[in-house]
Amino acid sequence: MSARDAIMAKVRAAIGDSADDAARREAVDKRLARPPKGIVPERGQLPDKKRVALFCQMAEKVAATVTRVRSPERVPRVVADYLRAKNLPAAIRMGDDRRLRTMPWDALKSLDVKPGRSDGFDEVGVSHAFAGIAETGTIALVSGKDNPTTVNFLPEHHIVVVDAGEIAGDLETVLTRLRRKFGKGGMPRTLNLVTGPSRSGDIEQKIILGAHGPRALHLIVVG
Amino acid sequence: MQITSPTFKQNAVHALQDAQLQKAMGNVRAGFIDKRRKAADALPEFEALRDAARDIKDHTLAYLDLYLEAYEKKVTEAGGHVHWAETAEDARRIILDICRMQNAKTVTKGKSMITEEIALNDFLALAGIEAVETDLGEYIIQLRGEHPSHIIAPAVHLNKDQVEADFRRVHDYLAPNRDLSEPESLLDEARRVLRAKYFEADVGITGANFLVAETGSSVIVTNEGNGDLTQMLPRVHVVVASIEKIVPTLNDVGQILRVLARSATGQDMSVYTTFSTGPRRRGDPDGPEQYHVILLDNGRSSMLGTEFQDMLRCIRCGACMNHCPVYHAVGGHAYGWVYPGPMGAVLTPSLVGVDKSGHLPNASTFCGRCESVCPMRIPLPKMMRSWREREFERGLNPATQRYGLKLWAAFAKRPRLYKFATSLAIPVLSLVGGRKKRFSALPFAGGWTRFRDLPAPERRTFMQQWRQGAAVSRRGPT
Repeated sequence: MSARDAIMAKVRAAIGDSADDAARREAVDKRLARPPKGIVPERGQLPDKKRVALFCQMAEKVAATVTRVRSPERVPRVVADYLRAKNLPAAIRMGDDRRLRTMPWDALKSLDVKPGRSDGFDEVGVSHAFAGIAETGTIALVSGKDNPTTVNFLPEHHIVVVDAGEIAGDLETVLTRLRRKFGKGGMPRTLNLVTGPSRSGDIEQKIILGAHGPRALHLIVVG
Repeated sequence: MQITSPTFKQNAVHALQDAQLQKAMGNVRAGFIDKRRKAADALPEFEALRDAARDIKDHTLAYLDLYLEAYEKKVTEAGGHVHWAETAEDARRIILDICRMQNAKTVTKGKSMITEEIALNDFLALAGIEAVETDLGEYIIQLRGEHPSHIIAPAVHLNKDQVEADFRRVHDYLAPNRDLSEPESLLDEARRVLRAKYFEADVGITGANFLVAETGSSVIVTNEGNGDLTQMLPRVHVVVASIEKIVPTLNDVGQILRVLARSATGQDMSVYTTFSTGPRRRGDPDGPEQYHVILLDNGRSSMLGTEFQDMLRCIRCGACMNHCPVYHAVGGHAYGWVYPGPMGAVLTPSLVGVDKSGHLPNASTFCGRCESVCPMRIPLPKMMRSWREREFERGLNPATQRYGLKLWAAFAKRPRLYKFATSLAIPVLSLVGGRKKRFSALPFAGGWTRFRDLPAPERRTFMQQWRQGAAVSRRGPT
């Protein structure tokens, strides 16, 4: 008997039901086909403006920084300002995300925009979020050919562009959007929910930012 | 790992005398409790979410076979491989085979209690493969040749000067004048060393907080980001998870996430919650080329359908130990195996046998704080009591204790005899207790009085006082 069969046999014997029980299969199929929504906190259930404000407030509470701009055209300038303010070299690592690519980076002559995955030597990475979650100040990032996951973790500073229209009140709204985009039961290879910059409390319970991931997380909310 | 639970009593005595440990344990008492309370109080739905989280796991366990099947199908569809392992030994062998296929010399590891349970690092070392722990706390204790003393804060038993000494001992290139006196500088040093390891590793091994049947995803929840670097940079990502980590859908993950971080560290969300589904896809610029999941039983199926099934709801948040007066006093190592605190006192007998770990369910005051904060509402004290009963039934506790209990039961089951005996004994004890009203020594109670006095009883028995109290209340308030 294979290990799989042995484990399944033990589980079924313990549960005391047979796998062929049609009612059991139906219960499972139903839940997988129509996931129950569950309890969604009231906190994020707000009209547009207030929802975006809550997102910014919650993100700042977990030590992210936030800049708001009216249009995507403004983003490269905000990135350049950030680099200057932090005394960082004029270079960024950025995936090939269409929304980022169409921004006017060329206007910044001295900025070196390096494409593709991070090699571990980048000071700054720039990504575009799939969505924001106001409830907790979280951003959702999905991997794909235009969005390297390494950019989210290896650079010292991570700058993430979030479309205000894509800031949801709660996690469930984002999960529903994921199902729509990747098909039922489908997922990107990697979905990162990121809530603030990397941290550790492992030495004497003292929280320090920048454990293994970015030391700083800067969000640019567009719109 | 070597199990020292049979010597729990000696372990506890050593722990109580260990000044460094006692200083460090102050951080547990000071840190976790307030943070959890504030986070829970700030979310009006928190208690309802605890009910929901409990119900999700109960549902999943009732249909575990079918959800496991569904999960396996989705992983395979996404290009991943599922391996089933009945025992720790099977899991180790499967992992070694995967490493050998890659000619792996170095593997990096995200923080995972399950790989502690199967003692993976020592096994890989024997096979000539270096396993590097990348979580800061895990890295520190690996340097010391220790095991985690807490399931989410593995180095919580240490102080910063001890960590500095270890870094200076192992990182022998460090200049003597390099400042390593603060957690910040220690973290920087670990970050620098581990950065190189992520790139060097051939295989990255993580655990999983959840396995999602709906999508075939494994989920890890971390604050440092080490688990993510561990799984995205090497050629192969291996997930090791026990079978009860399954949840039906993404929404179910969302429900449990809302109680997980709040109960563990008092955060609304941990910094990184990462869903991984299969290996690198066509055109992806990064990510592992292979994705393997080891589904491990190692005793879980034997808990299903028993009085210990509820323990399989555990999400390893650590709230029970953070609130446990016994854990606060002796720390995690005294428990003598992988899982300390109240959850360990229930789980360890299930996994290694109550004959070896009978002391653990006895190391509880039954104050009930663990159950009151458990996000999954696991009745931990009730299950500890069940283990005590089994221990008694199997005649595993010492003879004096058994006869003592039998003697007491003989009285307790005969109310008249009990009343008579206590009405004689209590005034005598009260008298002997003297003006101090305490005993500093008593025959047969040396184990107690060696460390503290036993309070002397009041002059009358509880029942006598009760009867008088009842008489007073019948007369009504005066």
